[in-house]
Amino acid sequence: MNILLVAALVAQAAVPLVETRPVVVASKPFGESYLLAEMFAQLLEARGLRADRRPGLGATEIAFGALRTGAIDVYPEYTGTGLLAILGEQPLGSSGAVFQRVSREFRDRYGVRWLAPLGFQNSYAIAVRRATADSLHLATLSDLARASRTLRAGLTPDFIGRADGLPGIARAYGLHFRDVRALGPAVKYQALAAGQVDVIDGYSTDGLIAKYDLVVLTDDRHFFPPYEAAALVSARLAANDPRAIAALGELSGRLDERQMRALNRRVEVDRTPVSVVARDALTSLGLLTATKADAARAAKDDRSLAGYLNGQRGVIARLTGRHIELVAISLIAAILLAVPIGLLLERSARQAEGVIRAVGVLQTLPGIALLAFMIPLLGIGVIPALVALVLYSLYPIVRNTYTGVRDADPAAVSAARALGMTDRQILRDVRLPLATPVIMAGIRTAAVIDVGTATLAAFIGAGGLGEPIVAGLALSDTRMILSGAIPAALLAIGVDAGLALVERVTRPGHA
Amino acid sequence: MRSIALEAAHVTKRFGSVVALDDVSIAVPTGACVALVGESGSGKSTLLRCFNRLVDPDEGIIRVNDVAVAATDPIALRRRIGYVPQDGGLLPHWRVLRNVELVLRLNRDPRASERARAALSMVGLEPETFAERWPRKLSGGQRQRVAIARALAAEPSVVLLDEPFGALDAITRSELQEGFAALRKRLGMTCVLVTHDLHEALLLATHVAVVRRGRLEQVAAPATLVGDPATDYVRMLLQRARVAQLADAL
Repeated sequence: MNILLVAALVAQAAVPLVETRPVVVASKPFGESYLLAEMFAQLLEARGLRADRRPGLGATEIAFGALRTGAIDVYPEYTGTGLLAILGEQPLGSSGAVFQRVSREFRDRYGVRWLAPLGFQNSYAIAVRRATADSLHLATLSDLARASRTLRAGLTPDFIGRADGLPGIARAYGLHFRDVRALGPAVKYQALAAGQVDVIDGYSTDGLIAKYDLVVLTDDRHFFPPYEAAALVSARLAANDPRAIAALGELSGRLDERQMRALNRRVEVDRTPVSVVARDALTSLGLLTATKADAARAAKDDRSLAGYLNGQRGVIARLTGRHIELVAISLIAAILLAVPIGLLLERSARQAEGVIRAVGVLQTLPGIALLAFMIPLLGIGVIPALVALVLYSLYPIVRNTYTGVRDADPAAVSAARALGMTDRQILRDVRLPLATPVIMAGIRTAAVIDVGTATLAAFIGAGGLGEPIVAGLALSDTRMILSGAIPAALLAIGVDAGLALVERVTRPGHA
Repeated sequence: MRSIALEAAHVTKRFGSVVALDDVSIAVPTGACVALVGESGSGKSTLLRCFNRLVDPDEGIIRVNDVAVAATDPIALRRRIGYVPQDGGLLPHWRVLRNVELVLRLNRDPRASERARAALSMVGLEPETFAERWPRKLSGGQRQRVAIARALAAEPSVVLLDEPFGALDAITRSELQEGFAALRKRLGMTCVLVTHDLHEALLLATHVAVVRRGRLEQVAAPATLVGDPATDYVRMLLQRARVAQLADAL
């Protein structure tokens, strides 16, 4: 079974039952997180529990926000991330001390529980090509500091920004790179292998480190805090579901870094579906019994793009359906909200520009930030995704409705007034119909933006074509990315063309 | 004595620091057609717009059929008064018939369609041919005819025309002017016609009022105006318009 299929099934089972709610298992959007979450889910299922999968939630804020509010029950997290990113504390001491600290603080502050660590650390890893390491004699970060002025770094934007990332190690080791470029996780390994950069940041368990035969430099001053992986569990699950806690606990202490790197490699490099790798891992740990079907499925998947898309067509159709649902519902809601706002503004021109500008500000909010902000209010899933999409769609419709009715043929409007139409009648029977093409143009703009923005819904577990895009980016799987991006692009073109038709038909006096 | 249909008494209107109308008084007898003649910015359109409350004066009183308009509902007032703007002002998203029905429908007239068709015939447009046309498919002259039909469809006793023929070519203009003169004679409604064209004023109006800088220079019958201009400005206006030949005819 493929992660896409899993995601699609999850999306369909979005309404939880009150009495026997399945354990909602989530992950963050990167390969290892997907894999660990799938292992959690399969283990729960093997112990007779139901699991509801929500992989690829936006980022730490979204995943943890969802866990804290009980929208999800468990996801894999790292103690260092908990300490620095969630608690906002300074790095401290040994891995044991960090685990103690986060366990106590999370329980006291949020009621959230860390299960005993899985057994491996996934710390930041600063990596270089083997040739670079050999020629410059690099083994540690102190060695790197010595040579850094001649080297170009390609780092994830996240790492460049955070205090425990580049600014921190630069200070701790005296690093000064010749050049620092922001590179997404999906491209930095290729950029390093191709010699476009000399140094990248990664994670110590990345499967690609092995694939490209990279050298991970030792953190000889112990700058990076320990990042022990563990299951982070909601207060609800910890309190009410001892069977689930026991099942998840079976993985504690069972995985080491070497194993994890090998598993990640199968996912990220060999393109083996996450569900297969998870099953194999659990089987080899003696937590599951193998079946023949599993062995057959374990084969490497190296179909062409066309073959892959063809194989995924059922999934793609379902995700496209969900995508259209998200766009249609949010667009209709945005129209119902924005057109009356635009019409009201025509009556109070003084406030108009201010209100429109305020709506415009919504447009500039980063999608992830908006989604993270909404979790405490609306949880995760379809509803917050729709709210976010509506907010993003308002601006072009409000703007065009207002300018459309304001600038409607002045001669017609003044004649209508002179012949005794009331302001209300003028707005409804003259300005609004005359503004229709302009309003439709605004709706078209909003719709096309909406189709693109709806891919963000995947970050919040609402499904749609963003699902394979997010998963594909996390797993460095171009085919998977394209299986979401191509239908999304076609959908945008189709929506625009369809609305263009509607626009022509609604043009006043078109016949 | 003939009754007074429209009256302005000591009307003053300012737009910011600009005085558009400065203590203007004029009375229009029922059935008369007064032409307000003047240059652009003279205040002639502002005066016209006072009669259907598109403009409310700062001082003075406007009366329509002996009732002060300041106390009447502007919407009801406008539905009783016909109005023809310069550019026709047809609603482009409505077909010709729907445009002509406008006031009738606002008044919930059950015979709106029938009366609108009659109005179209009256201005020389065959309803069979024109009723279902879109405004943008009409010539400038046809559009202006539709605008006149729309103003007359509800048979108002007063019609205001704001440079109704100003944007037309010379031939179409004289056609429409003749048609309008005939129509007015037949229907006998009271008209106020704003124009910058003295020829048109002399041709169509029973009284000509020359407006300059918000004041009335002279109000007189065409023959009196031409024969006995009251001020230098009126004389200059007559000379510039070369109405000498026309004067002989009158």
